[in-house]
Amino acid sequence: MTIPAYPTFPRGDSELGKPVGILTLKIDDRDVSARRGETILEVARENDIFIPTLCYLEGLSSLGACRLCLVEIKGVTKLLPACVTPVRQDMEVVTDSERLRRYRRMILELIFSERNHVCSVCVSNGHCELQTLAQKLGMTHVRFDYLYPRLAIDASHERFSIDHNRCVLCMRCVRVCDEIEGAHTWDIMHRGISARVITDLNQPWGESETCTGCSKCVQVCPTGALSEKGKSVAEMVKHKEFLPYLQIMRRNER
Amino acid sequence: MGKQLVIEPITRIEGHGKITITLDDQGNVSDAKFHVTQFRGFEKFCEGRPYYEMPSLVERICGICPISHSLASAKACDAILGVRVPETAVKLRRLLNCGEFIGSHALSFFHLSSPDLLLGMDADPSARNIMGVLEANPTLAHDGIQLRKVGQLVIEAFAGKRIHPSWVVPGGVNAALTREDRDKIVGLLPEAKTATLAALGWFKDVLKNFRDEIASFANFPTLFMGLVKEDGNLALTDGTLRVIDAKGQIVAEHIDPKDYAAYIGESVEAFSYLKSPYYKPLGYPEGIYRVGPAARLNVCSGCGTSLADQEWAEFRSYERGPLLSSFYNHYARLIEILYCLETIERLMADPAILNPEGIRAHAQPNFGEGIGCVEAPRGTLFHHYRVDRNGLMTWANMIVATGNNNLAMNRGVQQVAERFISGKEISEGALNRMEAVIRAFDPCLSCSTHAVGRMPLLIELIAADGTCLDTVQRGG
Repeated sequence: MTIPAYPTFPRGDSELGKPVGILTLKIDDRDVSARRGETILEVARENDIFIPTLCYLEGLSSLGACRLCLVEIKGVTKLLPACVTPVRQDMEVVTDSERLRRYRRMILELIFSERNHVCSVCVSNGHCELQTLAQKLGMTHVRFDYLYPRLAIDASHERFSIDHNRCVLCMRCVRVCDEIEGAHTWDIMHRGISARVITDLNQPWGESETCTGCSKCVQVCPTGALSEKGKSVAEMVKHKEFLPYLQIMRRNER
Repeated sequence: MGKQLVIEPITRIEGHGKITITLDDQGNVSDAKFHVTQFRGFEKFCEGRPYYEMPSLVERICGICPISHSLASAKACDAILGVRVPETAVKLRRLLNCGEFIGSHALSFFHLSSPDLLLGMDADPSARNIMGVLEANPTLAHDGIQLRKVGQLVIEAFAGKRIHPSWVVPGGVNAALTREDRDKIVGLLPEAKTATLAALGWFKDVLKNFRDEIASFANFPTLFMGLVKEDGNLALTDGTLRVIDAKGQIVAEHIDPKDYAAYIGESVEAFSYLKSPYYKPLGYPEGIYRVGPAARLNVCSGCGTSLADQEWAEFRSYERGPLLSSFYNHYARLIEILYCLETIERLMADPAILNPEGIRAHAQPNFGEGIGCVEAPRGTLFHHYRVDRNGLMTWANMIVATGNNNLAMNRGVQQVAERFISGKEISEGALNRMEAVIRAFDPCLSCSTHAVGRMPLLIELIAADGTCLDTVQRGG
């Protein structure tokens, strides 16, 4: 049987003679080693190689939703998301090129044009992953027409609010609530451009029967979409540190 | 055959406006109007936003007086929360407003109006700007630029940022003042005071050159309104409203700003996006009143700081009652700068302002409605909000300083037109005076209609049959 056409990078037999499960590959012309099963993103981060991410969060399952972590792989014509692509022996990965920069900027511009991301009056101004990415990736303007959707804020929860204007549909809230808290309060309704995060069966958050009020969703949200009520502009600083600790504690319990 | 003159855009003011002057068959002025031609819609698009975003959202109404908006907004939010703002925060907010007044008044007096005052109303328009002032009187220009800088530095020292900071929050402020920043501000004061006193001395000297302007720049009886303290002294951030008539008699006082709607009605004219508030008990348009620097100094019983009090007494000695000409606004601005510098000096000596605790009261929204009021550099500013039980805005009403003066600015334009325009030709000096009367009010048209755009000036001369006879235009 032949190897499937996708992804088609050279496999060779150079794994022979290496410790079991250790692969070698090149990222940006650097020789790096990796454990079998690791993703390109994980290996890049271990080696301090920057790949931009937005939906990815260490400690949560990976989705490959935002496409900001797209990388080039020699021998593969399409771009692949680093967060969900496992490394292979002798893979040659390029994490930064004019083409990638162009695509990443375009993705950001599309995200910005889709909702109402008004940084200047946002609770997360100065502490926002989307804003930081835009600055870091050199997004100086948005060439697409803004859609200016009319989106409401759900402030029915006693302590938190969700402003759909700032939501990028990264689904971190959905994942952390399901995978870590175990409540699965959050989910997505509708498809494509009309997709929205919802609580329970699209009830107001304050009326949710499953929400435990743990605030994990708020802390992992990359933008000002989920925030603590009463925080003024630029005051919402998220604390995601709990996630790796929680993971370690749970692993130790097992 | 009559005709109409249109001045558009009006130059050296903040925002976008035009003036139309209608002439009768003999070429005499039959009507003049001041139009604010931009529309912004803040009151509407605030709806649905959380109350705690408002202080920053409304700052975007203006880049010159964002502080005033954030203060009025935060005070409206304080009322929604139902909290008592801690003493340190009250003082810090007052200090911040002083910075705003210094910066804004310096901009108005030196950058926008001093070219008229120094070079004359009839000077060559190409030199009639801050660069011309720099050439003719470098010290004056330098002082002006310095004073504006001091105002902006004061704002930065408190709020962390000169324009559109997010330091003022519902319930107080969100960061304490540091010793270093306090010392930095204190270090700026002596030179600023010297510059202000020098400008005051110079201005009092040149006042005599402007008898015609004093006599015609909105010089008519109206009511005046402003905030005063318990003892009747000038108040800029916290106080109650006092209204006086043209003779100086107190018409109403100790009005809690939250009762503003009982005293101020709002009317709308088809020729302007700026609403025309009026003093309700007198009806429209008889309830014409003025706010702003000269109005404040007319209304108050003193300033409460030593140098400003001396200057205030001299200011009030120019007329038996209130000073009716809006030309005196220039004068009043300098006195208010002095008052603010002295107030900063006094408050800075109070160790309480460095208290890192007690700068913010926390609460959830406890009331569905809140009204906040401060004196902005251009006059009394009201923010009135309603929220739902989750704290989301359902309704907003703002009366901005410039709006209060709308009726008076219109009458002022008419008065200047009648005095300086006759016949079919418009002289450059007359054109400039039409603008200068508006400039005396230092209106902020961006604020007043809560729009974007540059400020060009167009005067159209329109005949009685509606045909345009002459147009004078200046690039924006």
